[in-house]
Amino acid sequence: MTSAEFLMFARGPMIQVAGFVFALGLLVRLVEILMLGRSENLAEKRGSGFQGGLRTIISRFFPADQNTFKRSAVTVVAGYVFHVGLFFIIFFLTPHIALFKHLVGFSWPALSTPIIDFLTVLALIAMVVLLWRRLTHPLLKFLSTGEDFIAWTVTFLPLLTGYMSYHHLLLPYNWLLGFHIASVALFLVVFPFTKLMHTFTFFLARWYIGSMAGEKGVRQ
Amino acid sequence: MSKDDSLVDVLQRSGVSRRGFLKFCALTASAMALSPAMVPRIAAALEQARRPSVIWMSFQECTGCTESLTRSHSATIENLIFNAISLDYHHTLQAASGEAAEAAREAAMEENWGKYLLVVDGSIPVGNPGFSTIAGISNKDMLLETARGAAAIVAVGTCSAYGGLPHAAPNPTGAVSVADLVTDKPIVNVPGCPPIPVVISGVLTHYLTFGEIPELDELGRPMAFYGQNIHDRCYRRPFYERGQFAETFDDEGAKKGWCLFKLGCKGPVTYNACATVKWNQGTSFPIESGHGCLGCSEPDFWDMGGFYEALSTPLPGFNEAIAYGTAAGAVAGLASGVLASRVKKRAKDQHQTVSVDDLEKGESS
Repeated sequence: MTSAEFLMFARGPMIQVAGFVFALGLLVRLVEILMLGRSENLAEKRGSGFQGGLRTIISRFFPADQNTFKRSAVTVVAGYVFHVGLFFIIFFLTPHIALFKHLVGFSWPALSTPIIDFLTVLALIAMVVLLWRRLTHPLLKFLSTGEDFIAWTVTFLPLLTGYMSYHHLLLPYNWLLGFHIASVALFLVVFPFTKLMHTFTFFLARWYIGSMAGEKGVRQ
Repeated sequence: MSKDDSLVDVLQRSGVSRRGFLKFCALTASAMALSPAMVPRIAAALEQARRPSVIWMSFQECTGCTESLTRSHSATIENLIFNAISLDYHHTLQAASGEAAEAAREAAMEENWGKYLLVVDGSIPVGNPGFSTIAGISNKDMLLETARGAAAIVAVGTCSAYGGLPHAAPNPTGAVSVADLVTDKPIVNVPGCPPIPVVISGVLTHYLTFGEIPELDELGRPMAFYGQNIHDRCYRRPFYERGQFAETFDDEGAKKGWCLFKLGCKGPVTYNACATVKWNQGTSFPIESGHGCLGCSEPDFWDMGGFYEALSTPLPGFNEAIAYGTAAGAVAGLASGVLASRVKKRAKDQHQTVSVDDLEKGESS
């Protein structure tokens, strides 16, 4: 297989199958969760569940207190650098926006490539730091399962191959772009069936916890 | 022009000085990324070279490649080199036709068996031999017969190199490339729609100098001309880096000469010498004229998504895959949810309440 054939395969059948599996899996899981619902709260409501839900979605973005932050400073800082970086890389790189425009029909302004490039380097470093911490921290190590490492790998590969194709590292661009798309295909296929689903479910989880607390009258 | 004339005799008669000739050799050496020490060797080889016999076959093609090579610009040395070969057969250029033409081909083959160069433009239909014939001979038969006695084959144009336009989906004629049919001869692919004229003279010069075909890439193209990426050599690259893109062909960005990536430029995956050698005696190349690269020197460039779709967009079918996946996922999710709620309901219905008395009764018995 030549690099041109591989690239055509990646841009064609491979990403189509991956996109199908991703959409299917994502929808099945979200609809399942939503249809499960919550059991009825028979107690008298002492506050707004709606407000509580919204408040918790936002408040959990920040560490609860200094001690919590200090205990897991590496996770919080590296986690944020990685997640914020990933968000901007996925949604604000010109070629990616062209892809979303193709999919949804509208577009938005891009960030200049050197900024995305810088964020990619930061995100890659942050991910390595997080992996290193997972491997060395006794508690995290104890809690880690194979799925954690699979999730890490399929997230790391698109970042790495994307960075390599932009800088034309090691291989001709066709191969690198093909590998980049292939790694994204892998990510999409793995996504709905692993903890990567937290991209969507964290809203639901925070909402449920927040609204339950809200109905019990919790203010903050 | 007798067949025993050397290339230099022909060039001299055409008014090319020795100085001009050496300049050409130096230019070829640099274009082909050879060391300057090679210049005298190229000159010596060309001086000694007898006019090589060339048989040119045109199959499913549009004559654009021949036009590009013979009429690209007025009398340059590339052109003279092209004139200086002994072009013994060329459907389009020769005056003869039918059996007389075929007789010329057979005579040239016999006389130069094992030594002639075979140049092919156009793809070969294998779906039905009747799709394209010359003097009643199918393209495939003619290619295979002529290839047997060739020293080497030069596939000129994307059609003969990779199937090109006739090979585009759904490929009604079953078009294939030369390399798909001939596997036992050295083949140089010179793709492009059309290819750059200097590339063919470069390949010819290399063949005359070293007696072998130049170094090729994985797609059978001479590294010297197809080793560089259009995007890497593009003068608009800084705009790509800065994120300045033309959104339409007549907006402010287009007028300022910004990057054409969003308008579908395929430069990043295209390997050719357009950005450096340029066209029309170095005047410009498509991107310089404000149009994105179509990727014409790459296999299946007709099927690389739309010419005006950005390279990062998937090939047709992706949106449908997402839509079907979403629909199927929603249905499957609903079905699974209904099933789960029925299980829940059944459990609730079958739930039996137990009082303290019942439990005590159970214990005492």
